[in-house]
Amino acid sequence: METPRFDSSPVARVKDESVKSVDRRNFLRNAGLTTVAGAVFLAGCDKDDTMTPSATAVDLGSGDVGILNYAYALEQLEAAFYTQVVASPYSGITDAEKTLLTEIRDHEIIHRDFFKAALADKAIPNLEVDFSSIDFSNRASVLGAAKLFEDTGVQAYNGAGKLIQNATYLLLAGKIVSVEARHAAAIRDLLSPNSASFAGDDIIDNNGLDKAVKPADILMAVKGFVKNSINGSNLPTA
Amino acid sequence: MNIFNIISELEKVDADVHEKLDFFSRRSLFNTLGKKVSALAIPALLATSLQKAYATTSGAIDVLNYALTLEYLENDFYMMGNNASGLIPAAEKPIFTQIGKHESQHVAFLQAALGTKAVAKPKFDFTGKGAFADVFTSYKTFAIVSHALEDTGVRAYKGQAGNLMTAEDKPLLEYALQIHSVEARHASVVRRLLNKNAFVTGAKGWITLNEGSPAAVYAGEDNTTQGGVNLEGIAGKSKQAVTEAFDEPLTKEQVLAIASLFITA
Repeated sequence: METPRFDSSPVARVKDESVKSVDRRNFLRNAGLTTVAGAVFLAGCDKDDTMTPSATAVDLGSGDVGILNYAYALEQLEAAFYTQVVASPYSGITDAEKTLLTEIRDHEIIHRDFFKAALADKAIPNLEVDFSSIDFSNRASVLGAAKLFEDTGVQAYNGAGKLIQNATYLLLAGKIVSVEARHAAAIRDLLSPNSASFAGDDIIDNNGLDKAVKPADILMAVKGFVKNSINGSNLPTA
Repeated sequence: MNIFNIISELEKVDADVHEKLDFFSRRSLFNTLGKKVSALAIPALLATSLQKAYATTSGAIDVLNYALTLEYLENDFYMMGNNASGLIPAAEKPIFTQIGKHESQHVAFLQAALGTKAVAKPKFDFTGKGAFADVFTSYKTFAIVSHALEDTGVRAYKGQAGNLMTAEDKPLLEYALQIHSVEARHASVVRRLLNKNAFVTGAKGWITLNEGSPAAVYAGEDNTTQGGVNLEGIAGKSKQAVTEAFDEPLTKEQVLAIASLFITA
């Protein structure tokens, strides 16, 4: 199999929202992926524009691009969540907790920006999040939400693996999912130290397996945290 | 042959079919897993009695036996550690009990999927031929070997995902991913214990650069290039953060070189 390359230029100069290098578009072109319906739909959206006030409907697209956009959507959600957690720490937060949550925030921002750069003009726009159900001043509320996001992320990547056609993308998903699992265990450890919760019987089955959840179910689970309606109906299902 | 249909048919006439299948399975599989998973898992469980491995492709058999060897290693390690009196402080025992439980479940699961193709358990020496002589008397040494085994496991499964991509192997790919993330959860919590107990000051749940011991376990974890893109400086984040955000795979050769430290025959 041809080894795809996203591009060969360093992205050290690429800062956050202003990813504009032309050669990063090679990510998909060199992988030999064809343009998909969802991408055509998105062609009219300039991801670098400031988002319009009303939340646009988002189509994740199909094939591997769709799965990558699905991951990008989840990483956007996680990055936005931890950005807010760090910006407005809950009352009684310890230094150790703040350090840990800041590190996780940075990992999620790196994941998010990686997908944005990698997808280039195939990337979905910035999502508008809705965290009104989370009380950011309350430790239990914040860590409870963090636990949900991390476990959901693990389950989402686990369920998406078999839907990926390209081995390089599968490996990338693998490189990220284990970091999400490390986060999940750390958050669970904060909530319930020295217990079995880090890989608790509530999420790990009697074969010692984490969950693998299909995109449609994940999108339903996170629906309340996103203002945009996300269409995942063109994603592969097998 | 659609085995799930057969089970469904049996259910219609015999509501206790699941209990009766306990003979060669663990009831938990039927009782707690969803229908979809059962459909995939049942052939694996039947495999033993049918003398036909569920992992049918030679590639999958190879990958699963490799995984089984590592799970044997982990399982024996935790069985011995959890049974060594005075080794693990009571407060932290629930963590290692849970990890040990998962490793024994992984062994059973992979054995079922492999049936008669399953490799035999090697003989282990957890002192690492002397490198960890006090592994079952010093909690510090035990915890250090534990985190190294878990991080190796994560990297080993990751390295094999690409070898389970054929249509036939895809259910196995999903199972392998489901084990992979459990190993990562284990690694994270043990790494945090290393810091909490001041065994490795500053140890985090994730791997920074290629820091860690033994060095072979962390070789290449300082990679910053993903999919051909060097991510150094992305979003203004540190190189440390970039390397923490992505775990790296190990090849089978690299993993077996690490494991061989603990395998005597």
